[in-house]
Amino acid sequence: MTRRFLPLSRRRFLHSAAALSGATMVSGLPRLAHAAEPLTVGFIYVGPRDDYGYNQAHAEGAAAVKEIPGVTVVEEENVPETIDVQKSMESMINLDGASLLFPTSFGYFDPHVLAVAPKYPDVRFEHAAGLWTEGMPENVGSYFGYIGMGQFLNGIVAGHMTKSKKIGFVAAKPIPQVLLNINSFLLGARQVDPSINCQVIFTGEWSLAVKEAEATNALADAGCDVITCHVDGPKVVIETAAGRGCYVCGYHADQSALAPQLYLTGAEWNWANVYTGMVNTILDGGTLPNFMRGGLAEGYIKMSPLGPAVTDAARAQFESTKEVIMGGGYSVIKGPLNDNKGNVILSEGQALVETDVALESMDYLVEGVIGSTS
Amino acid sequence: MEHDIGLWAIPIAILGGAIRVSTPFLFVSLGEVLTERSGRINLGLEGTLVFGAMAGYATAVVTGSAWAGVIVAALSGSLFGLLHGLICSLPKVNDIAIGIAMMLFGTGLAFYFGKPFIQPVAPDLPAIPLGFWSDLPQLRAALEVNVLFLIGIVLALGMAWMFRATRVGLIIRVVGDSTDAARAMGLRPALIRTLATATGGAFAGVGGAYLSLYYPGSWNEGISSGQGLMAVALVIFARWNPIACFGAALLFGGAGALGPALQSVGVTQGYYLFYAAPYVLTLGVLIAISSPNRAMTGAPGELSITK
Repeated sequence: MTRRFLPLSRRRFLHSAAALSGATMVSGLPRLAHAAEPLTVGFIYVGPRDDYGYNQAHAEGAAAVKEIPGVTVVEEENVPETIDVQKSMESMINLDGASLLFPTSFGYFDPHVLAVAPKYPDVRFEHAAGLWTEGMPENVGSYFGYIGMGQFLNGIVAGHMTKSKKIGFVAAKPIPQVLLNINSFLLGARQVDPSINCQVIFTGEWSLAVKEAEATNALADAGCDVITCHVDGPKVVIETAAGRGCYVCGYHADQSALAPQLYLTGAEWNWANVYTGMVNTILDGGTLPNFMRGGLAEGYIKMSPLGPAVTDAARAQFESTKEVIMGGGYSVIKGPLNDNKGNVILSEGQALVETDVALESMDYLVEGVIGSTS
Repeated sequence: MEHDIGLWAIPIAILGGAIRVSTPFLFVSLGEVLTERSGRINLGLEGTLVFGAMAGYATAVVTGSAWAGVIVAALSGSLFGLLHGLICSLPKVNDIAIGIAMMLFGTGLAFYFGKPFIQPVAPDLPAIPLGFWSDLPQLRAALEVNVLFLIGIVLALGMAWMFRATRVGLIIRVVGDSTDAARAMGLRPALIRTLATATGGAFAGVGGAYLSLYYPGSWNEGISSGQGLMAVALVIFARWNPIACFGAALLFGGAGALGPALQSVGVTQGYYLFYAAPYVLTLGVLIAISSPNRAMTGAPGELSITK
């Protein structure tokens, strides 16, 4: 009598199973019609994908990839930079059939991407911000944008708008990309007035709302009147700074909606452009280089539209400098340049162009930045 | 520079930080004092705090009123407290284990329902500019006092008075110190503890609303950074005394502001160490006031950690 207790007889089970697989085949058909080979792309974010910041910028890229016919996108957010990301990558490969992965956070690269990639030679791993070097797995690529250029342009506008000659930067951790952003922001402002200083406060973590708010308040207390940041979600910094009456420059994504009057401009990622380009290359049967970088000219980064407070002089210098940068070969870090401890970094005539890999191992703050890397 | 105040920036920043950062600590620890005085520990207040932050923010976004957000945060907090209290009223249930479960449940639920509310901007709670008499913008900013902070002070004083001088306070204390004595007096310990936990949960929910609706004033999944858990530890630190809770909350808030303030005046070395200041402080004070001879003074007798 046990059979009575089963909700489905064997025959009915087989029947519905067949119907189910038939349905998936039918729904799979249109995709096959569009592209020779359907592609599943996985995106992994370290935080929520609508954080007005780093993750949102990547998620906007993922949304653009979703529009490409024949491509399925799977996403997972709030994945820590631990063994968890390895599990996420493996489940995307094994359960969702992903053959292209974008683990987007800096800390995913070493050791996690480098550990998983050799196990799946047919899967392509594209990592943001990592530094692929010879000898690393061939199916791993690293891409990033020269967003320091965007902070340089932020700095030019900030240099025109500051009255106290002191600008502020809320930074997460003293890693090379953050240091380059801080230095670029100051050097941009010093294009306008060499007496400008930049105060930096490190919060020690990528996302720590209360500390970011405290750091912003401390900058405002110290007399900074233009503030920008490099944390995962700039929402708290932008809102707090605007609440104190400071001008703000955005980062990662467009935050102008948070402070419409005080938002000057912002350095944004343009991942939608980069990701659709990469996915289309793969759909067309091409291969991606292991090392991809680009700036304003290549469409890796873009600037937020200038805000209503920006003066004509600031606008003019912003536009003309942007023009020069778009031409390529521009150097923000150029001699004579000292760090803020008095050591010579570059002497007269030396310069590091935006594409120089040496910039990706920056470990100093330039003269005029008030702060320390440790 | 116009307003360069040099090293004065540090005490002003600590004062401002104490006022800005302490409120969630204050509300959660007051809620926990009420719960623990009745003889139970609710470790789930971190989850209640996060859920309160989410519920308050979401309500404020939808209704356009920050105060409606505070009320909904309090209500949702009391529901979490009620659930904890009811489960713990069952025989042979460990309140600490339930608390940990409630903590994970609260944060998980908040993340789930909070997704659509990360982007929108909610109205803020009003603040009272108590620094209007000063010309220093730094001091004026530090003395922007939120109404909830003032309510928290009144609550701490009121609770201290309640425990000392009222019948309700006496009932809670009896239930917390001896279940047998309470039963002999004709009281129903499980009911009273459940009500105390629910009320404590409401306080924690309001603490969460402060986080999302005033400082830092936005909802995201990393909003709490463990304030709820630290506040539970604060209660032991404050020896179950509401007024001492207020002092401890101020101390923690001020210590948290130390790191950024020092960096802003140019003390830039070793900021990781300054960020650990609140925790070092707790350890130091606990060691200083500990005694090998007597049990923790002020601890309710029925508390499962001291029994």
